[in-house]
Amino acid sequence: MMRQFRHSLLGRLLADPMAVFALTIIIGLVVVAIFADAISPHDHTLMNLADRFAPPSTTYWLGTDNLGRDTFSRLAQGSRIALYVALVAVSISGMIGLILGMIAGFGPRWLDNLLLFIFDTLRAYPTIILALALAALLPRGLSTVIIVVVITSFSEYGRVVRTQTLSLKNAEFILAERAMGASPARMVFHHILPNVLGPFFILAAMNLPVVITIEAGMSFLGIGVPPGTPSWGATLKDGFDYIRNTPWIIIAGGLPLILVTLGFTFLGEALRDQLDPKLRKSR
Amino acid sequence: MTDTLTVDGLTVHYATREGALQALRDVALDVPAGQIVGIVGESGCGKSTLINALLQLMPENARIAAGSVRLEGEELVGAAQRRLRDMRGRDISVVFQDPMTSLNPVLTIGRQMRDIQYREPCDRAEKLRRAAAMLGRVGLPDPQARLDAYPHELSGGQRQRVAIAMAVLMRPKLLIADEPTTALDATLEVQIIELLKELQREIGCAILFISHHLGVIAELCDRVVVMYAGEAVEEGPVADVFLHPSHPYTAKLIECDPGRMKTRAKLLPAIPGDLPDLTAPPEGCIFRDRCDKATDLCRTKPNPVAVNGTHWARCHYAAEYGA
Amino acid sequence: MTAPILTLRDVVVEFPALRGLKAMMAPRNARHVQALSGISLDVARGETLAIVGESGSGKTTLARAINGLLPLAGGEIWFNDMALHQRPDWHAIRRQMAMMFQDPVGSLSPRKTVRELVLEPFAIHGQDVGNPSQTAQRLLEDAGLNADFLNRYPHQLSGGQARRVGVARALALNPAMVLADEPTAGLDVSVQGEILNLLNGIKAEHGLTTIIITHNLNILRHIADRIAVMYLGRIVEIGPVTQIMEQPRHPYTAALMSANPEPDPTTRRARIILSGETPALTARPSGCEFHPRCPVARADCGSQIPELTKAGPRAVSCHYPISENT
Ligand SMILES: Nc1ncnc2c1ncn2[C@@H]1O[C@H](COP(=O)(O)OP(=O)(O)OP(=O)(O)O)[C@@H](O)[C@H]1O
Ligand SMILES: Nc1ncnc2c1ncn2[C@@H]1O[C@H](COP(=O)(O)OP(=O)(O)OP(=O)(O)O)[C@@H](O)[C@H]1O
Ligand code: SF4
Ligand code: SF4
Ligand SMILES: [Mg+2]
Ligand SMILES: [Mg+2]
Repeated sequence: MMRQFRHSLLGRLLADPMAVFALTIIIGLVVVAIFADAISPHDHTLMNLADRFAPPSTTYWLGTDNLGRDTFSRLAQGSRIALYVALVAVSISGMIGLILGMIAGFGPRWLDNLLLFIFDTLRAYPTIILALALAALLPRGLSTVIIVVVITSFSEYGRVVRTQTLSLKNAEFILAERAMGASPARMVFHHILPNVLGPFFILAAMNLPVVITIEAGMSFLGIGVPPGTPSWGATLKDGFDYIRNTPWIIIAGGLPLILVTLGFTFLGEALRDQLDPKLRKSR
Repeated sequence: MTDTLTVDGLTVHYATREGALQALRDVALDVPAGQIVGIVGESGCGKSTLINALLQLMPENARIAAGSVRLEGEELVGAAQRRLRDMRGRDISVVFQDPMTSLNPVLTIGRQMRDIQYREPCDRAEKLRRAAAMLGRVGLPDPQARLDAYPHELSGGQRQRVAIAMAVLMRPKLLIADEPTTALDATLEVQIIELLKELQREIGCAILFISHHLGVIAELCDRVVVMYAGEAVEEGPVADVFLHPSHPYTAKLIECDPGRMKTRAKLLPAIPGDLPDLTAPPEGCIFRDRCDKATDLCRTKPNPVAVNGTHWARCHYAAEYGA
Repeated sequence: MTAPILTLRDVVVEFPALRGLKAMMAPRNARHVQALSGISLDVARGETLAIVGESGSGKTTLARAINGLLPLAGGEIWFNDMALHQRPDWHAIRRQMAMMFQDPVGSLSPRKTVRELVLEPFAIHGQDVGNPSQTAQRLLEDAGLNADFLNRYPHQLSGGQARRVGVARALALNPAMVLADEPTAGLDVSVQGEILNLLNGIKAEHGLTTIIITHNLNILRHIADRIAVMYLGRIVEIGPVTQIMEQPRHPYTAALMSANPEPDPTTRRARIILSGETPALTARPSGCEFHPRCPVARADCGSQIPELTKAGPRAVSCHYPISENT
């Protein structure tokens, strides 16, 4: 039992200090998001005008904002939004990218060229411009944020998956499957898919914080979540407006972003070390 | 004579669900400079494992439990990764059993052969010229055009020759070749054997050569090591070992060679029985349950017994049996 | 002789010779090379035909063309009276025609266990496996591996063990014909014997037809009924195994047979050394394509193309074949 565990992916990750650090942060984030209501010392919507701009104290751990709302409680609630956006957006864009990437890599040449063209066009488009354009067209809200993220990022998954699929397509074992009479669907889902999932998950882990940052960025610019929503970006924006007198708001608002980015990036790197057999072999 | 490669007491375990699989146990081996040493043995006896251990390129579930590997006196077991990377490709190079291990499927042959010369001070064109010249020497038709080919566009034997060309391109001190001629026809096989001999004379490298083709070993090598189930069971000059096999396993192996039987055999001889379970190797002689010479004495582990000069075998009865 | 199970007529397979811009600029006929240029062959039911020849001469290509893994540029292939050159139902045909691949580890899907790998043909063809573990174990044991290997992944096998998984898988559905590309490469001589005995046994029991591609000349006389010798995408000589081995008529066959390294260090045979190099497919010599390297070539060999001419059970394509009594 013990021996098996040592060789499982989780077992190997736990032997890597970087991965343990990353997992701690991520689990912390998830716990905060789930129990946000329970651990918030105050109601995050409660405006206590007597305590506006309160500095960090035992009552207000990270101080309060311009309306006297408790920053810690708002950030705790914000983690829900961040995680929700990140997970939904990454799952959708990942799924689209995975399927299109495998089709491009395995399908006929013209389809590959067409899909590549789409991937490249979308990637050439700066996220921020697309975000501004879509924000002008669509109502403010989380779904707009998700749509922006999906449109700008599925091509990245698509490209990675396509490259992987392409290198597997000529592999002898796929030929062997064909020689046994396997259908294209079987080759793709049973034999190619398991081999592209590794790089795919690495990319997804590395992309999660990017999505969270995009959400924060859009909210910061006022084109993300509606006003009043306790998103991390909104908190940052409030902090930015009053940066001269009360720097702690922006510091506190930036902290979770930095931590989450570090956490997921480290996880991505640790996963890469473990999942990429070539790298693993030469260590 | 100095030894280029010295292996001592090498023991390698693979972690598996059933427990530690003892793929190599206490293997000792020397490859003197300027010599060609062959390894033969049952498939699964640990030849490729030995090579991976020499290079310190082990799968993640493998562990060197004991022993040392020295290249010109320098210890490789536990050496710094940087140092090892430095040596691989320059001092030691390998032709892997599966040529696709050393070939990247998405890069052209030319690009890969240029990349391995990254340490060389010459320019791109010169590197490509050297690459093409070497491809010509291993008998690849139209080498210049082959530089633009991808590995899957080559035949099995052509891939194998590309792998050989890549390995010898850097003129290593030690060349390790794991069944480099299995996908080659006999005329090319002879040509590769000649190339290796030539190279060895030119740069005086030592060669460790693994093959199941006893004829190739006989023709190419100075010495041969016979392995069985993770142990070296016999070693000596090629002619001595093949003419006077002193370990019952070697004798059986030679008897089984279909190349010896010049008329059609209805049933080809094989050695009855299986390799022992390497997660729990039996006490005493490792070959005991398949050996028809076994006696009670064989329940204790035999030590290497000198037969004649540097020819020895790990069998209690080697001296009577071989002489 | 019974009706052949497999018939090839003038089979041609081409590969693109150039890539990208170069290909667009080149004249039409220079864009492709012929890896197989006109192969004709009959294989009788229950026969074992060995294909030998120069590395790169098109042996693997031939096997892949028969199995439909490569498109034909010309010619016809008939298998069990089905026309394989006319979009047949490959799914059904491949159940009858199994393939063993040249690269033992590379042809096994890397993230599947040995158990999944040997049961794969049953899954593909929706065949009833019975008790999966027992079936997998039986198939492995027939190929000389014990049940310990069922849960291993391909990278945890030695080269020879992986080869045996490939053999077990090819024989899983009792095919009518097996295309075996180098089935003994990477196996020690004792296991070679076991695999060949296995193939011979199935042949005797079920009348299995085998096409075996090999560089291992030592096994030929123990397994094959006939040998076809290939050079540069053509069959240059074909005939019964002992005749071809003992009295080769084509000079290339003679050189090939004489080159085989002998295990006995005291015997060294006189070897026919071929001068020059294998020509590239892009620059095929005129006349007899072997003439630049042929030790017995004469003046007209460079201009006259020899035909594969039948004489009794054998055929050779050479103007001046080595005669029986020299
Ligand atoms: N990564 C691994 N995990 C577990 N067992 C392994 C692993 N790699 C190899 N083995 C086992 O170790 C033994 C030695 O394998 P190795 O590849 O060294 O054999 P070999 O002598 O090269 O055989 P062959 O001639 O067939 O290539 C075999 O029984 C094999 O199944
Ligand atoms: N996909 C491809 N694209 C271009 N050329 C190819 C491709 N596949 C094979 N070839 C060429 O076709 C020729 C025949 O290859 P094939 O693999 O059939 O040879 P083989 O007789 O099996 O040789 P070996 O004994 O080395 O395996 C070779 O010259 C090879 O380079
Ligand atoms: S020691 Fe005994 S069992 Fe081992 S090989 Fe010699 S005779 Fe056989
Ligand atoms: S036709 Fe001429 S060149 Fe060709 S094989 Fe015969 S003798 Fe040699
Ligand atoms: Mg091996
Ligand atoms: Mg081949």
